[in-house]
Amino acid sequence: MIRSTHLPLIVTLVTFVLAFALCGSQYPSILSTRVVANLLTDNAFLGIVAVGMTFVILSGGIDLSVGSVIAFTGVLLAVILRDTSMHPLTAFALALVITTAFGAAMGATIHYLEMPPFIVTLAGMFLARGAAYVLSTDSVPIDHAFYDTLQGIYWKAAGGGRFRLIGGLMVVTFIVGAVVAHRTRFGQNVYALGGGAQTAKLMGVPLAQTTIGIYAISGGLAGLAGIVFSLYTSAGYSLATVGVELDAIAAVVIGGTLLSGGYGFVAGTFFGILIMGLIQTYIVFDGTLSSWWTKIVIGMLLFAFILLQKGLTWATTVRKRRATGSAALS
Amino acid sequence: MNIKTTLLAGAVAFAPVAGFAADLTIGFSQIGSESGWRAAETTVTKQQAEERGIDLKFADAQQKQENQIKAIRSFIAQGVDGILIAPVVATGWDEVLEEAKDADIPVVLMDRTVDAPDDLYLTAVTSDLVHEGNVAGQWLVDEVAGADCRVVELQGTTGSSPAIDRKTGFEQALEGHDNLEIVRSQTGDFTRSQGKVVMESFLKAEGGENICALYAHNDDMAVGAIQAIKEAGLKPGEDIKIVSIDAVPDAHLAIANGEMNATIELTPNMAGPALDAMEAYLADGTMPPKWIQTESKLYTAEDDNKAVYEMKKDLGY
Repeated sequence: MIRSTHLPLIVTLVTFVLAFALCGSQYPSILSTRVVANLLTDNAFLGIVAVGMTFVILSGGIDLSVGSVIAFTGVLLAVILRDTSMHPLTAFALALVITTAFGAAMGATIHYLEMPPFIVTLAGMFLARGAAYVLSTDSVPIDHAFYDTLQGIYWKAAGGGRFRLIGGLMVVTFIVGAVVAHRTRFGQNVYALGGGAQTAKLMGVPLAQTTIGIYAISGGLAGLAGIVFSLYTSAGYSLATVGVELDAIAAVVIGGTLLSGGYGFVAGTFFGILIMGLIQTYIVFDGTLSSWWTKIVIGMLLFAFILLQKGLTWATTVRKRRATGSAALS
Repeated sequence: MNIKTTLLAGAVAFAPVAGFAADLTIGFSQIGSESGWRAAETTVTKQQAEERGIDLKFADAQQKQENQIKAIRSFIAQGVDGILIAPVVATGWDEVLEEAKDADIPVVLMDRTVDAPDDLYLTAVTSDLVHEGNVAGQWLVDEVAGADCRVVELQGTTGSSPAIDRKTGFEQALEGHDNLEIVRSQTGDFTRSQGKVVMESFLKAEGGENICALYAHNDDMAVGAIQAIKEAGLKPGEDIKIVSIDAVPDAHLAIANGEMNATIELTPNMAGPALDAMEAYLADGTMPPKWIQTESKLYTAEDDNKAVYEMKKDLGY
């Protein structure tokens, strides 16, 4: 029998396959390597940041700062490459260190000051966006030979699809994320924390270490997404990626992770991303629908998944109550 | 039931057009609908496409570059005959334009240009943004005729090329006229609401009597600012002279009512020349010039603004 914790993941997977088939039946050119490559390339930054968001939501938290951190990273890189002779790789490392430390600092604040993650990361969102504006309000172009090299790396499949480096990086991030979440002690701790901080503490989960680790990962991956975004647009722009944190949260939820934490799969988020990308692709292919339908469809999907989650939680509690009830009787 | 009927009616109404227009499919990636002018550009583009029997695929990017890049990639995947883009920012288009070029799909830029090698697109249809700013500045120089004047400026979206160029052009026109001084300059994001908010802060900071003229990078911000000036108990157009760019219907109406002084037209018909160039290229490979400039006409109280308003009001501004 299918375990109920797997059900949201299966629903996501089935939704994606059905949607893809449906879109393909209407516009056969959607079933091409081009569209598949586009889905990976165009959603690379969103996917990477959503992996971090999956960890955060699995632990029962939320991270609203990631969109701003992406923009900040992009502007930071653009300004460094414009004003100094630093090699992009060094700049990448610097950006990752800063964003990881930023995430860790938010995690520490959440844990030690016992503040709700919503407020702490909201502050982080304003901080990072503000820092990006301070660095530059203009869109700063990045013109560096190393960037051209990285952007020039792609594998051209039959049918003209170009699988680019950033799409590959996203897939690797998902694989590493899945391994960490499901195969390491840290991953187990994240799930335990999502099940309830008090219980986790009793189980001997190092709360401080785990919380700080989770937000450090989210911050670091937002930094990586920022690097990817700068490769994607060859520029750093402080107005970029507004609201991406919400898209990432939507992808995680559509991917079957419980918003209350404790249940979910990194792989689900991957399909959440693909579903959202597919909706956008379909609307462009149609060409007459208003693009705002993307939001409406995502909104409806989210709502459906929340209902599904609620139903599952309810079913589980009823089953548990029945189990404990009968135990008490006997 | 109702929706179904509408959909059916729509399908029936469009069916013959679609069948007739099977020869050309053009993708149009629009920035969004942040201003009335942009909405009019969308309307005119759709009209132009329909007149020519072109099947237009329209994608609204909701002000986000990533959405535009996605839309263009989807157009390429779909195998359209040509692509029109009104780019949201100037940077970061090289890769996706290369993909379009690789797929032999001509790209025409509309209303804004990009920082990319010019062999990656067929042509750009734009107004000369610097020239527009210049016309606005020149008008103000002539209008005040040597008297001292403290000017406030409402800039467009930070970093966008119209904001940069309209500012540059205006400043160029003011150069050498020491009686004119730009005392405050801030972004109003091309929107009415922000134009009003920022103008309110200008009025508070400077004092309404110390401001002699307002230069707004688009009419929407000017219309918002007119509201703010009225609420401050001053007469827009008299106490504070107002010049802005775009010539949207509301600006003509404001000029007709004496609440605004001048506007410079940015024609919403960019699609006409763009599609002309595209069709000529697709028909026999005619290469258009790399830049097609549209006219920047100055409207003041001397023109018949009521008539222009009537003509423009149904374009969707």
